[in-house]
Amino acid sequence: MKYVFIIAGVLLIVLTIAAGLIYVERRLLALFQDRYGPNRVGPLGLLQVIADVIKIFFKEDWIPPFADKRVFIMAPGILVGSILLTFAVIPFTDTFIVLDSNIALLFFLGNSSLGVYSIVLGGWASNNKYSLLGSIRGSAQMLTYEVFMGLSLVGVVMMADSFSLREIVEAQRGGWFFLPQFVGFVIFFIAGLAETHRTPFDIPEAEGELVAGYHSEYSGMKFGMFFVGEYMGVTLISALIATLFFGGWLGPGFLPPAFWFFFKTGFFICMFILIRASLPRPRYDQLMEVGWKVLLPLVLLNILITGAVIIY
Amino acid sequence: MISILRSIWITFLHAFHKRETRGYPEKKPYLPPRYRGRIVLTRDPDGKERCVACNLCAAACPVDCIALQSTEDGDGRRYPEFFRINFSRCIYCGLCEEACPTYAIQLIPDFEMAEYDRQNLVYEKEHLLINGQGKYPGYNFYRVAGVNMGVKDTGAGENEDPPVDLKSLIH
Repeated sequence: MKYVFIIAGVLLIVLTIAAGLIYVERRLLALFQDRYGPNRVGPLGLLQVIADVIKIFFKEDWIPPFADKRVFIMAPGILVGSILLTFAVIPFTDTFIVLDSNIALLFFLGNSSLGVYSIVLGGWASNNKYSLLGSIRGSAQMLTYEVFMGLSLVGVVMMADSFSLREIVEAQRGGWFFLPQFVGFVIFFIAGLAETHRTPFDIPEAEGELVAGYHSEYSGMKFGMFFVGEYMGVTLISALIATLFFGGWLGPGFLPPAFWFFFKTGFFICMFILIRASLPRPRYDQLMEVGWKVLLPLVLLNILITGAVIIY
Repeated sequence: MISILRSIWITFLHAFHKRETRGYPEKKPYLPPRYRGRIVLTRDPDGKERCVACNLCAAACPVDCIALQSTEDGDGRRYPEFFRINFSRCIYCGLCEEACPTYAIQLIPDFEMAEYDRQNLVYEKEHLLINGQGKYPGYNFYRVAGVNMGVKDTGAGENEDPPVDLKSLIH
């Protein structure tokens, strides 16, 4: 019974945050661009979320006649499903965790690779040239960031001596990992941007070039699923950064552990939005070049030095 | 690398800048006195219509949005029987105001004329006429010009001034 409550709680929290990010992102982007953002619907525009949700539910959910129907319907579900599954291993606090697995980190990496199927299949099933180009870019991007994303976490695993996220947090009682693993942190952040397809790495979406990339043909709540999936991805990567490098729920004792976890996660969500507001989009060959020629050697060097220090 | 961090920092600093947004419906914008907005027909200081139905505004209008029909009152003075401006065509160029010899037609600083029904943008004389004198208070066309009514010469009446010297720029 306790598990049912925890699962329901995690689902509630994650979906609420993902929906709330619709508002938060628009307000923050406006803040960085000298505007106000949505401030019409309700106090401070807070009801904007509800207005958007009502709107998107009542939109016509159109499937193009030339699309591959079953795959077309499945694709947004894969994205949301793979990200929601990953939240099962995120330790919100010491006890508020669905599954304290000893392969939690590998579970996350595996699920994040599954997420890209959503983009590839969505673009493929749309039977549209722009969508397909978006999918191709998405898979090219995946081939780049997956490698240094996984390797950037190896240093943390070596220092914590565990794949379990709860134990990784416990190992940071002596000091958070972002100082000794600073290179790993920065590279994981970059990989996280690419993983969630956020600007500057929204290359598969690229609305200036590819209409809307892989989800050009999607409408109604199926488009909404891609949207929610993106926000949940942002939340997931932020939660992981907080967990792996900034001590998760650890923090001064005058506030509950859950507060520290959400405070850190929220901070990195804001960083995601700040970066979206400031950086332009590179070409995807530029991303691949930086990924393979700069970040991969850096991350290997990081592993080498971390291992040498641990052995010494 | 440094430039990327720098642009992120500069973007962050924008959070503390002054907002560019104008809160329009709540905060009205400043409109200069000569702003060309809604067109009105003004009255002279005696409260009579200034318009003499000369049709110059309708002739000057580049989009032909003004329509009027002249008629005469008992004294032989002309006035418009109807005066119609189709604001869905009007381009607010102000040429009608420049053409008007009696300062009757004027553009005023008001642009809030949106309607749900296009037909409602056609303003009749009762919508156009205002009770004030607009931008030229105290001006009365018939004091300085107008037809001879057969009683006295123009400008010789009790409430009249000598006619304007048409050769002079100052009047």
